[in-house]
Amino acid sequence: MSGQPHDHHVQGHHDHDHDHDHPHAPPPDADSDLTYHQAMELAVTSLLLEKGVFSADDMRRQIEAMDARHPGLGGKLVARCWVDPAFKARALADGSAACREIGLEIGPLKLIVVENTAEVHNLIVCTLCSCYPRMLLGLPPDWYKSRAYRSRAVHEPRAVLAEFGTHIPDDVEVRVHDSTADMRYLVLPRRPAGTEGWDEARLADLATRDSMVGVAFATSAG
Amino acid sequence: MSGPATDAIPARFKPGDRVTVREAYPLGHLRTPFYARGATGVVERLCGAFANPEELAFNRPGLPAQPLYRVRFRQAELWADYRGPARDTIEIEIYQHWLEAAP
Repeated sequence: MSGQPHDHHVQGHHDHDHDHDHPHAPPPDADSDLTYHQAMELAVTSLLLEKGVFSADDMRRQIEAMDARHPGLGGKLVARCWVDPAFKARALADGSAACREIGLEIGPLKLIVVENTAEVHNLIVCTLCSCYPRMLLGLPPDWYKSRAYRSRAVHEPRAVLAEFGTHIPDDVEVRVHDSTADMRYLVLPRRPAGTEGWDEARLADLATRDSMVGVAFATSAG
Repeated sequence: MSGPATDAIPARFKPGDRVTVREAYPLGHLRTPFYARGATGVVERLCGAFANPEELAFNRPGLPAQPLYRVRFRQAELWADYRGPARDTIEIEIYQHWLEAAP
């Protein structure tokens, strides 16, 4: 589009009808019509606001808090496990207690930490919906919620992993965890070689979101 | 998410026990995946007891709470056409009322 808006009401500017096929017509807005559930959500929200159950600012703050969660929180847990074997043992026994021990705010999250080793590679999926440890990783990526990932991760996990560039040798067990009920899962990836002596903050950056879902390894050093 | 409930059904299984998932197809809000029904695996751990989501979904209390287990299956037990090595496994959370003792 050019810098100046066109004035479509100037008579005589064009000699044809403006309604169709106008070469300078603005593109339609991407907004689609409201779905049934979007309309219902707006209606319920406006009723709750009108009745004073919560304020618009309360709602905004809650959304802001949800959006502020990020994989760095999970990375903090992973890095502590890498540097402190006793803490790792506690995290594998009770993931929720381990989070609270290092000051991570996880609310009612029931966390199970599963450890990748030389013998086992873990992969997380929720075939029924999109259960995900949001308190530690933030909102799930779109692919995690897709029907393709949810159905294929349980049936052909090695092919899915390969599409993420993650090749697991046949002598390593691939162990899928289907998050079907009340627990949530975080993969403890293997600590990359060459990171001896690194501090926790630096190590935490190597534990990416994808490595904590199990579709990738932790970022290698250097 | 519901927390562990105090009014709970006693746990019938312990880690290492062999269990079979009931091959039932009731209607409603269910958390037992179709692909696991009828399959036999081993209890990996007891996760605690939780209000039954099949009841919670219809605004009922879901009590007494159902023990919840993680059950480990061999992939080959679930998928006749599984292409990976025989050592590959999958762990699924399953509530006690979906499990039967297996020989």
